[in-house]
Amino acid sequence: MADYAVQARKSAGGGLTRFLYNTFIRNLSAKIAATPMMATVLVVFVGCTLWTVWYSFTNSRLLPTGEFVGFDQYRRLFATSRWNTSVNNLVIYGSFSLVFTLVFGFILAVLMDQKIRFESAFRTIMLYPFALSFIVTGLVWQWIMNPTLGLQGTMRNMGWANFTFDWLNNPRMVLYALLIAGLWQGVGFVMVLMLAGLRSVDDEIWKAARVDGIPTWRTYVSIVLPMMRGVFVTAVVLVGSGIVRLYDLVVAMTDGGPGISSEVPAKYVYNYMFGAGNIAQGLAASTMMLITVLIIIVPWAYLEFGGKGRRS
Amino acid sequence: MQHSVSIRDLSLNFGHVKVLEHLNLDIAEGEFIVLLGPSGCGKSTLLNCIAGLLDVSDGQIFINGKNVTWEEPKDRGIGMVFQSYALYPQMTVERNLSFGLRVARLPKDEVERRVKRAAEILQIEPLLKRKPVELSGGQRQRVAIGRALVRDVDVFLFDEPLSNLDAKLRSDLRVEIKRLHQRLKNTMIYVTHDQIEALTLADRIAIMKNGVIQQLADPHTIYNKPVNLYVAGFIGSPTMNFLEGEVVGGAEPVFKANDGTVIPVKTYEFSQAPNGSAVKGVLGVRPEHIAIGEAAKTMPFATEVEIEIVEPMGSDTLAYTKVAGQAIAFRADSDVHLASGQTVLIGFDPARGSIFDAASSNRI
Repeated sequence: MADYAVQARKSAGGGLTRFLYNTFIRNLSAKIAATPMMATVLVVFVGCTLWTVWYSFTNSRLLPTGEFVGFDQYRRLFATSRWNTSVNNLVIYGSFSLVFTLVFGFILAVLMDQKIRFESAFRTIMLYPFALSFIVTGLVWQWIMNPTLGLQGTMRNMGWANFTFDWLNNPRMVLYALLIAGLWQGVGFVMVLMLAGLRSVDDEIWKAARVDGIPTWRTYVSIVLPMMRGVFVTAVVLVGSGIVRLYDLVVAMTDGGPGISSEVPAKYVYNYMFGAGNIAQGLAASTMMLITVLIIIVPWAYLEFGGKGRRS
Repeated sequence: MQHSVSIRDLSLNFGHVKVLEHLNLDIAEGEFIVLLGPSGCGKSTLLNCIAGLLDVSDGQIFINGKNVTWEEPKDRGIGMVFQSYALYPQMTVERNLSFGLRVARLPKDEVERRVKRAAEILQIEPLLKRKPVELSGGQRQRVAIGRALVRDVDVFLFDEPLSNLDAKLRSDLRVEIKRLHQRLKNTMIYVTHDQIEALTLADRIAIMKNGVIQQLADPHTIYNKPVNLYVAGFIGSPTMNFLEGEVVGGAEPVFKANDGTVIPVKTYEFSQAPNGSAVKGVLGVRPEHIAIGEAAKTMPFATEVEIEIVEPMGSDTLAYTKVAGQAIAFRADSDVHLASGQTVLIGFDPARGSIFDAASSNRI
């Protein structure tokens, strides 16, 4: 009996040694190389996120020094009409932007895929807006949509005295003006992604569909589109992250106006943290943004990476 | 007699590059034709033209007596099987088989009947609910064949269907395709670069080079009576031995190798009997037609040679040596003991060989 106990203790000790060895010594150089990145992830992403969440429960104003006040900041947040408008705007802008960017991007890619002449020239033209910063895009479209200087003024000068295009000054339409500028900038990039996806479809699939007598549009919809699932996921993630951090376009084009009719959450966070000197309120808003993103990301990540071995 | 597929004077150019040139081909009903050639010889291009996937530059294509030169692929009465299987990856096997029929709005029970029949013929019934990713290569190719089968067509086109499979599966599926042909008795046109597939499957083989059919004949003729040096060198593994020299005609025609060795070729059946003067020629002998030892003594030509290299291949042994100063390989039974440096008597009968005119490279 005693022998068994000694043996058990020995093997347990061996297991611990092995565990320590595996954790710290094995592949040491690789571990050392990965340490800076791991530290960055832990401190910047995890650490700062926790810090943000923690201080959103305080009454800090200019400096993060306040005391714990529970959900006070959140109560105040959802009582602020500016925040509620921001969230509303983001939902409307986001859904339209996501759907239209994907749809237009795909349609353009399909058109581009028809063995047209000067394809690379068209591709460059379509992708060009993506090379601009949102600030530039915003300013350009602000000028185009400016009622006195832009399109409306030009048309009226040409004789159409009743021509009206004043979305930038119209609280109910200003969001769609933003949408136009956003699409102008973003569609080209999605088109290029989709085009790469279309090109990766084996030529023989197309031949097989032709022999089967399946019309071209039907081949795109029923065969090619489902094959491009991966490209769509990538596009959704990229476009989606662009939507959530929508800020510079708004600042350059409307600065949230007229009134608060084109405010967005990221701008709210920035204004409260750096403009209004109310850190805790800004952090509460950004925590809400984080929660929204997690609600969307977590189920998707679970579906995508959760069931290992299910997908090949 | 009506031909199943007729190709009249077909030409295809890509810009200035002539891919197919004035090509004619008649395929009888129920015939299994193999288009054989190295990559880039135009065999797949020809198949794509027949399928209607490529527009021809000149000439006409008839299928079942109907001019289909400008018809869409779906209206030509063909089914096609591709090298990469080309299954629709997001659909189940059943949907892969039925999709074309559904799009064509066939009655539902007819679609079901055809899918069931194809699945039964190809023994893929247990796979009907699966997706292509869950199938092995061989199973995928069966489904691809099934997709051609449900179209209920007269002509099947195969574009290197076995090239993506490993050797074992390839020979299994080869037999399967032959069985399918015997059961369905459809016309089949089969493109491959693998001569074993061609020789085993074909009723007739068309050997192509640079867009031109070199020889169109049954496998036996292709193997024994190649029309030119190209076909002779392409068919057979290991390749045919070629001896350079000249042919001297007359009552006792002989082949005089470059170093002066005289090989009597009286037994050879000349298609054009050479006259008295000497013609530059090439004598081709297959390694498997060379006899060794006692058997060589009875041959019209026999000579002592020293073996240079021996390659045991399991079922038989390949030996390399020189005859008349030129490299020769011959095949011996594996229980004949051969070693490099050894001297043996080898001989052959020119009647089983081929003689080509060196200038035109055609068989004489």
